[in-house]
Amino acid sequence: MSTVIEVLFPEFCNMFGDSSNMKYLKHCLPDAEFKYTAYTDEPYFVKDKPALIYLGAMTEKKQELVIKKLLPLKERLADLIKQGVPMLFTNNALEVLGSHIETDEGNIECLGLYPFKTKRFMMNRINSLVRGQFKGMEIVGFKTQFTKAYDCEKGKNVHQSMFETEFPFIRVDKGLGMNEDIDREGFRDNNLFATYLVGPFLILNPDFTLYLMREVMQLKDAKLAFEPEIRAAYKRRVEEFHNPKTEY
Amino acid sequence: MKEKKTGRFLAALAEGKAIAAALKVVGKNATQLPGRKAINLCPDFLGQIDKPRKTLGITGTNGKTTVSNLVGDVFSDMGVKFIDNRFGGNIDAGIASALMKEATIRGKMKKRYAVLEIDERMTTKIFPYYQPQLLVVTNLFRDSYRRNAHSEYIADILGMTIPKDTRLILNGEDLMSNHLCPDNPRVYFGIEDRSVFVGETDNIIQDMVACPVCGTRLDYEYVRYNHIGKAKCPACGFGSPEKFDYAVTKADIPGRRLYIRSPKGEFDIKLLGDNVTDIYNTITAVAALMEFGAGKGRIKEAFEKMEIVKTRYNELDAGGKKLITIVAKGQNPIACSRVCDFVRKEQGKKAVVLLIDDFFDRKETSENIAWFFDTDFEFLNDPEIRQIVIGGHRQYDLRLRLKMAGIPEEKIDGCDEEPDTAELVKLSEVEKVFIFHDIYTSHYAEQVQKKLGSIAEGGRR
Repeated sequence: MSTVIEVLFPEFCNMFGDSSNMKYLKHCLPDAEFKYTAYTDEPYFVKDKPALIYLGAMTEKKQELVIKKLLPLKERLADLIKQGVPMLFTNNALEVLGSHIETDEGNIECLGLYPFKTKRFMMNRINSLVRGQFKGMEIVGFKTQFTKAYDCEKGKNVHQSMFETEFPFIRVDKGLGMNEDIDREGFRDNNLFATYLVGPFLILNPDFTLYLMREVMQLKDAKLAFEPEIRAAYKRRVEEFHNPKTEY
Repeated sequence: MKEKKTGRFLAALAEGKAIAAALKVVGKNATQLPGRKAINLCPDFLGQIDKPRKTLGITGTNGKTTVSNLVGDVFSDMGVKFIDNRFGGNIDAGIASALMKEATIRGKMKKRYAVLEIDERMTTKIFPYYQPQLLVVTNLFRDSYRRNAHSEYIADILGMTIPKDTRLILNGEDLMSNHLCPDNPRVYFGIEDRSVFVGETDNIIQDMVACPVCGTRLDYEYVRYNHIGKAKCPACGFGSPEKFDYAVTKADIPGRRLYIRSPKGEFDIKLLGDNVTDIYNTITAVAALMEFGAGKGRIKEAFEKMEIVKTRYNELDAGGKKLITIVAKGQNPIACSRVCDFVRKEQGKKAVVLLIDDFFDRKETSENIAWFFDTDFEFLNDPEIRQIVIGGHRQYDLRLRLKMAGIPEEKIDGCDEEPDTAELVKLSEVEKVFIFHDIYTSHYAEQVQKKLGSIAEGGRR
C-alpha cells in the first residue's frame, strides 16, 4: 500500500519557507505519493485516509479563505484526528483549528475543534527563537507572526491551559510559548501536531522528523535524507540556542 | 496658510542641525541621527518642517535605491537642485535629516524639489506628515519575514497610508502593487517586449496564483519571474492593466539599448546592465523623471554618462579571471534568487562564493534561515557553475539547502569565516568568480575579491 501524503493548498500555504517541510520529507520518503490539493479541489482526506496531512503558513487573507474551505469539513477532520491520522500544521495554520481569531475588524470564526482563541496584532510583529523539549528531544525553531494564542476559558485552576494539560506538545525552555504566560509551544492531540515554529520545522528538527516518520506514520525503515548535513546544521543551531549571549 | 511652528519644533530643528554639524566636523555624513533626535524631541517634526514644492517618493520592495539614484543622477546632470536621502536612510528619521539639512534655522525650505527613497514598511510614520505629489512603487515581494511579514501585509499598509491626491507610478506587470489605491491618479510602466525574459524561470515563490478578489486561479498570459507578468481572473475580470503608459517596446540586451514609448513620444536609451531588473529600474526611472517634468532628450543624455553603481556590482580583472562582487541581499529571497538567475545565465565556467549570513544576527542571535528555502538556489545547479563556496556560520544550513537543490556534494565547500573562502576557490577551474554578499557584508566581499585577485595575479591554484 502506498504512503499518501496530502499537502493542503500549497499555492497559498507556503509562507516563511514552510513548503520545504514537504520538500524535505519527499527526499526522506522517495516512494511516498504526495498529493498537492489546490484550493479549488476537494481534499483527498474527504474520502480517503492519508498517511499525513500537512498545512503550512499563509497570509491573513488566505487564512480566511482556508477557514471557509475547511469549515464544512471540520467533522471529517475531527474524526480523522480521533482515528489517529498523522497531521502537521505549522505557523498560523494551527489557528484554523481553534475557536476564533480576534482582530481589530472583529472576530473570525474558525473550525472550533479546540478551545483556544487567537489574538492578532497587525502592527506588532512577533519574532522569537524557541528552544524546548518534546519526548526527550531538543526542539529548536523560530517564531515570526502577528498573533498569540489563549485558552477560551480556563478551568478552576487559572494556571491550567489546554496547551499545558490536555494537549501539550513542546515544553519551552527559552523563548515565547503560545502567549506570554505559557511555557508551552503548539499543541498535540493524538497524532495531530500543531506548532507556530517555522524554519522550516522538520528541517530544523531532524530527531522530530525521524520520530514523525517512524513512530507516528509507522514507517519503520524511514531515514533522514542528507543526514550528515542536517545533523551538522542542527548541532550548530542547538549550540547557538544554548549560548547565553544569543538574544531570543 | 502655513501653521505656526512651535517652540518645540524650533528647538528640535536647532538640536538636529547641531548634531549634523558635529557629525560633519568628524567627517561623517548626516545619517539618521539628527532626524531621530529631532523626531524624539518633536514627534510631529516632519509635519511642521517646510516641504519642497514638489516631491517624488520612491518605495517598493526591490529596486528603490537604484531607481532613486538613477533619478538623482539625471537631475544632477540636468543641474536641478534637489533634496535626497541618499546618505540619510529611508525611514522617517532619514527623511527628517534630509529635510533639515536644506531648511533654515526657522524651518523654511531652501530647495524646491525632493527625490526621496521611502521604506515601504515605514509609510505609516511618514505619509501622515508628508504627502509626496508623485510616488513610485517599484514592486512588492516577500522581503524580511521578521520585519515585513509578506507582500500582502505591505500592500495593505501602503493602501492605508498613501495620500489620496498622490499620483502613482506603478509597475504594470506587478499584480501585487498595481491595484493599490484605485481612486488615485496613476500611470503604469512595464516591459512590452516579450522576446526577452519571458517564461525562463520557475520560481519557488509565486504570490499571485489566485485572484485576490474571488479566489479563482489566475490565467497568466506570460510570467517574467515570480508573479511579475500579465494575468487575468477568468471569473471576475481582475487583472493587469491593458496598456502601459511607459513601455519598453524593445530591449536590445547585447547592444545595451532600450526602446521606450512614453506619452511624449518614442526614444531609445542606454541600458545599464543586462538583467531584467536593470530594464525595470531604467523604465521606472524614466517614468518617474518624465512624470516629474523632465524631457526625454535630457534623460537620454544623462543616461549615456552613467555606469552601474559600484557597490552593487564590482568587477575586477586579475590574471585572466573576472572576480565579481554582487549584492544578493540577505533575508530577501527574491533579490537573492534574481542574482542566482543572473549568474547561471552568464557565459563561461564559474564559481560562486556565498557570503549571505545576516551580519547583525551573526553577532547577536541565531538567524532565522526560513528564507534560504524560498530562495531559488536551484538556479545554481548548472553545469557551468563548477564550485560553490559558502562562508559564514550558516554554512551547514546552506550546504543542506544546496544539496536539496540537487547540487552535487563535490561542488560544495565551506568555512565559518567569510574572508577564508578565498583560499577555497579553485581558481584554475573557472573563468569567473561571483561573490554574493549582503548590503552589510560588502567588506567581506571586497576582502575576498582582493585576496582572489592576488592569488590570480600570482598564478596560484
